[in-house]
Amino acid sequence: MTSPAPEELHDVRLRVNGSVHEVRVPARRLLSDALRHDCGLTGTHVGCEHGVCGACTILVDGRPVRSCLMLAVSAVDAEITTVEGLTEPDGSLSPVQQAFSDCHGLQCGFCTPGFLTTITAGLRENPDPSEDEAREMIAGNLCRCTGYQNIVRSVLRAAEIGAEGPASRSTDVDGGGEDR
Amino acid sequence: MKPAPFAYLRPSILEEALAALAGTQGAKVLAGGQSLVPLLSMRLAAPSMLVDINALPDLDHVTSDDDGVRVGALARHADVLASSGAAAAQPLLAMALSHVAHPTIRNRGTTVGSVVHADAAAEMPMVLRLLEGSVDVASVRGRRTVPAAELFAGPLETTLAHDEIAVEAFFPALGPGAGVAFQEIARRHGDYALVGAAAHVETDGDAVTRARVGYVSASDVPVVVDVTDAVTDPAGDPAAAALAELEPAGDIHASAAYRAHLVTVLTPRVLADATDHARRRAGERSSA
Repeated sequence: MTSPAPEELHDVRLRVNGSVHEVRVPARRLLSDALRHDCGLTGTHVGCEHGVCGACTILVDGRPVRSCLMLAVSAVDAEITTVEGLTEPDGSLSPVQQAFSDCHGLQCGFCTPGFLTTITAGLRENPDPSEDEAREMIAGNLCRCTGYQNIVRSVLRAAEIGAEGPASRSTDVDGGGEDR
Repeated sequence: MKPAPFAYLRPSILEEALAALAGTQGAKVLAGGQSLVPLLSMRLAAPSMLVDINALPDLDHVTSDDDGVRVGALARHADVLASSGAAAAQPLLAMALSHVAHPTIRNRGTTVGSVVHADAAAEMPMVLRLLEGSVDVASVRGRRTVPAAELFAGPLETTLAHDEIAVEAFFPALGPGAGVAFQEIARRHGDYALVGAAAHVETDGDAVTRARVGYVSASDVPVVVDVTDAVTDPAGDPAAAALAELEPAGDIHASAAYRAHLVTVLTPRVLADATDHARRRAGERSSA
């Protein structure tokens, strides 16, 4: 309907990375756009915007979901985690982020937020994947730079770091700014 | 914003959702949204209102018993796939669901929604037809059960009225002496299949008593072909029997001739797998 009347806005309470964001959005606002424009969380990237590329993948109640295939108004009861929410409470990199840094798992970095969220949830389900399982884990995400080899290595490295525990993580990190 | 404007309602009781659908021209149901939201974003669909059923209670169940598997309208593909009860009662569900898109899509997309989206390129509408299941639908006029054979009207079109909500799908259990198999050919795992096929074979001892094959992406609707005669006749050709009832079409992914070729390749494979499966199950039963 293209009625000239102003579009109805909905007050939506989004719970993102442990914080509450009160946003006022039209029903057609995609969750990916609400996160970026209304919450200011631009770490979630939008690529294809129809569910193919995986760049906008976030965690909804712990499970990876395409944020471009959800409406913000439909996310009211959800606990959302974006790439910004993956870092440890002390600000250090999570095992998956650390592994991407260690293994050169990103080049331009555009697809990286979707990989980090997908792999974070994937390793929770399968903490010790084989290389085949690592490939299967990331099969729904597209990367146009790396050829995936170093991303697969990053999955395996992240599993190693997770198994070693936080104490053994390397500390010579330059800030890990792939989302800046 | 990509979608055209629409009104939005997120009811917490089913009756409210049904009343809104009945009272609004052009209203659509939103469940998982994994097919609907891309259609909105590409403006291939422009409903006047979305009735979001995600807050409705008691619709996210996956329950299994000797009769079969009942899947509520809010059960995600991932929930059905993770259900050991569902896998035991009807193994074809897990076989087919592992081919439905990628895990990320399966986390949000619903099995019932996929069935009533009625995409001939999707696995679950065909699976419901092959298993001779049904869908329970509700409207302001009451509830009714629609057998799968009467559900699919045309490409992306069901016989449901615009104000009906599919609240549950029923997939019958695999009977004793029966076996199933699923295979598909896709460019990449998780992509739409160029062609997919599932077989349901019933046996009595060594004899096949009934054999049916369902196809994905081999016609513009989910098609199931009874190939019993071709299977039981030593000179029969099940793939040729199936092709006589299929209308594979060409697109940028595969030509019609290639899709027809895949039918001839996949049909004997899934029939052999399903027959093996039936005999294995019969063997397990007699040794148990």
